[in-house]
Amino acid sequence: MAEKKTNRRDFLFTATYAVGAVGVGATVWPMIDQMNPDASVKALASTEVDVSSVNPGKTITVLWRGKPVFIRRRTDEEIAEARAVKLEELKHPEKDEDRALNPEWLVMLGVCTHLGCVPLDQKGDYNGWFCPCHGSHYDTSGRIRKGPAPTNMEIPKYEFVNANTIKIG
Amino acid sequence: MSDHEYNPKSKFGKWFNDRLPLLTLANHLTDYPTPKNLNYWWTFGGILTFCLITQIVTGLVLAMHYIAHADMAFDSVEHIMRDVNYGWLIRYIHANGASMFFLAVYIHIFRSLFYGSYKAPREIIWIIGIIIYLLMMAAAFMGYVLPWGQMSFWGATVITNLFSAIPLVGEGIVTWLWGGYSVDNPTLTRFFTLHYLIPFLILGLVILHIWALHVPGNNNPIGIDVKKPSKDTVPFHPYIVIKDGFALLMFMIVFAFFVFYTPNILGHADNYIEADPLVTPAHIVPEWYLLPFYAILRSVPDKLLGVVAMLSAIFILAALPWLDTSKIRSAVFRPLYRQFYWILVADVLVLGYVGAMPAEGLYLLIARIATAYYFLHFLVILPVLGFKEKTLPIPLSITEPILGGSPNLATAKNKESLNR
Amino acid sequence: MKNSIRIFFLTTIILGFQFNSNAAEKVEYLKTDWSFKGLFGKFDRSALQRGYQVYTEVCSSCHSMKYLSYRNLSEKGGPEFTEAQAKAIAASFEVKDGPNADGDMFTRPGKLSDKFVMPYDNIKAAQAANGGAYPPDMSVLVKARGGGVDYIYSLLQGYVDPPEGVTLDDGVYYNKYMYGNKIKMANQLSDGLVEYSDGTNATIEQMSKDVTTFLMWAAEPHLEARHKMGFKAIVYLIILTTLVYFSMKKIWSRIETKV
Repeated sequence: MAEKKTNRRDFLFTATYAVGAVGVGATVWPMIDQMNPDASVKALASTEVDVSSVNPGKTITVLWRGKPVFIRRRTDEEIAEARAVKLEELKHPEKDEDRALNPEWLVMLGVCTHLGCVPLDQKGDYNGWFCPCHGSHYDTSGRIRKGPAPTNMEIPKYEFVNANTIKIG
Repeated sequence: MSDHEYNPKSKFGKWFNDRLPLLTLANHLTDYPTPKNLNYWWTFGGILTFCLITQIVTGLVLAMHYIAHADMAFDSVEHIMRDVNYGWLIRYIHANGASMFFLAVYIHIFRSLFYGSYKAPREIIWIIGIIIYLLMMAAAFMGYVLPWGQMSFWGATVITNLFSAIPLVGEGIVTWLWGGYSVDNPTLTRFFTLHYLIPFLILGLVILHIWALHVPGNNNPIGIDVKKPSKDTVPFHPYIVIKDGFALLMFMIVFAFFVFYTPNILGHADNYIEADPLVTPAHIVPEWYLLPFYAILRSVPDKLLGVVAMLSAIFILAALPWLDTSKIRSAVFRPLYRQFYWILVADVLVLGYVGAMPAEGLYLLIARIATAYYFLHFLVILPVLGFKEKTLPIPLSITEPILGGSPNLATAKNKESLNR
Repeated sequence: MKNSIRIFFLTTIILGFQFNSNAAEKVEYLKTDWSFKGLFGKFDRSALQRGYQVYTEVCSSCHSMKYLSYRNLSEKGGPEFTEAQAKAIAASFEVKDGPNADGDMFTRPGKLSDKFVMPYDNIKAAQAANGGAYPPDMSVLVKARGGGVDYIYSLLQGYVDPPEGVTLDDGVYYNKYMYGNKIKMANQLSDGLVEYSDGTNATIEQMSKDVTTFLMWAAEPHLEARHKMGFKAIVYLIILTTLVYFSMKKIWSRIETKV
């Protein structure tokens, strides 16, 4: 009889603690989630860019989700150079064909994959980009060739709405 | 601080505790001997701690999204309400939390008044409490300004203008408070800064409040000194913790009802209209918890004297331990005081009611009588009562009358009804 | 226990007292059954969609709704247009954007992320076009009026001939429910003013109800989530309170004193 009573009491306390803990968890979540991107930020996911005025060999930089996006109209030499590289030589092997669907246009996030600085155009050992912060060299396809960055510069989701307009996101 | 030496069991515990006696503190808090006859009115201390923490946490979160600028404040509040994840929930908790905070603090204060908790040796606890209450009003007022609605703006204008009642330097002080020639962006940004600061001051004072409480220990419904630890006390944990927890949950049900089902009922519709310096709302009212003082302010037909009356109504409370001359703490054994106590409660409720009504005609007359009675209670009734009143005999200990050992039947009966 | 119940009631009374004092100037508003009232209240989707139609076709030429975006129209708990419909609605508006590369402002079709297009550039322009009266922004209008939805619903149907002895200036109209009875907005609704695509008969009453429902949602877009979460929270609290109550009884049974 006495033993049974203890058991029930233990069960009661355990249940109280368990239910209480669920409540604490449920209360903490909104306080954490409020720091995630809000509805208005999520809604601004795409931007359209008019590229009719960009000549071969020129790059424009546009802002998308608060980050720079490089849109480069590559010259034939640059394309040839990018496509001639053997995959074995690359730290992060990716074919240029996969990175630039339309070979003339390279659209990528202008953010160094090392620690997030913006690389400089037409600099570095590979005629592509060079990040001044910690010395990462990227080639004409935005692939990492030398330096501390681990991966190639990211290609965002984009599409040509028409011949002159690119929609990023 | 501690009544007894505490020795941690583990070696590391001892090593740590010798350098920073946190374990001693934790032990003191769990073992703290509490009178075992505390009723539910005593749970509001814990509830208030919960309110303060809730306000600080939700406030910090809101500050991450709020923009303290006259052009953007209203928009940023709407942004919180619409777009921020759970923003509506957090803001409604914060806004209704202020009301719940005041509800709890009024119960806490009136409990203290009934059971004489402000009397020796607890005067310092009481005075710290009054300072906390003043800071709460300041924080609540400035917080109400932040959404930059019509009531925010005009409330700020009216309240800051109170300072212009001060002779000679009044106008200068008001201009200084505003940082301009009217309530405007500089006023908003400084109010935001202070609104952010004050809760942490309150938190510090709450620690002192509890510290000062733990020196003499809790008062209790029969108001006698309790030997501790003894048969009359229980350790704070688990007895009081679970009881406070139960009361807190009941409180949270009421709180949740407001937040989820009538989140705007305690606010004022005009505050959903963006601040407009050209148009005053037809009917300016402060939040409900400030209404009694607002009624006192308006009941005096002179600008300076009105402000003086309003401030005195608050500061008079600080002198209460000396205004009340009775040696008996608890109203249970003071039959006359008990009646005056309830008249005072009614008086304050009446003041709150007329504070919400237009200051004219009958309302004004009622406000004046109620104001006069408020001061009469503290300045005349309480001091005289201490000498004149025939009090009931008090029991020797908490356990005694419960066990039926009291020689005085009336006392035992009184106590029983208290314990229920 | 008894004491805690007493406290519970006392707080209710005190707060009830407060509501009464708030409702100082009471006017009897027209009543209708709002689907969003009550513990489980939800919006009537088709009423919201019809209400949006009334807003766009009737109100939006003067009243802005600056806190709403076209994306809200397809969000959960709102009118719940499909995303394609919401996109089409957005695209039917011309939105001012810019500056472009040449530094010029330009217009383009609206996107989901755009805010509702405003009828006037600023308050002054709105006043100038409306005889000095600013048609208030309607995003939070329901919450900004003491009577809430009942007030707006009544006001829209409250246009009557002024009683004898009341003279009205030019551009001022008489309304039973308006504060002070004088309103600068003329009666906007008439039977059959809009043509509902779902075939509902567009009476004045119907349109008032629909557009008021829409305004309620605009002011409280998370109302449904709030009601849902509130129910869960309160049920949860009651369960936990019960558990804590019995735990408390157990613990206090170790000593003789009652709680």
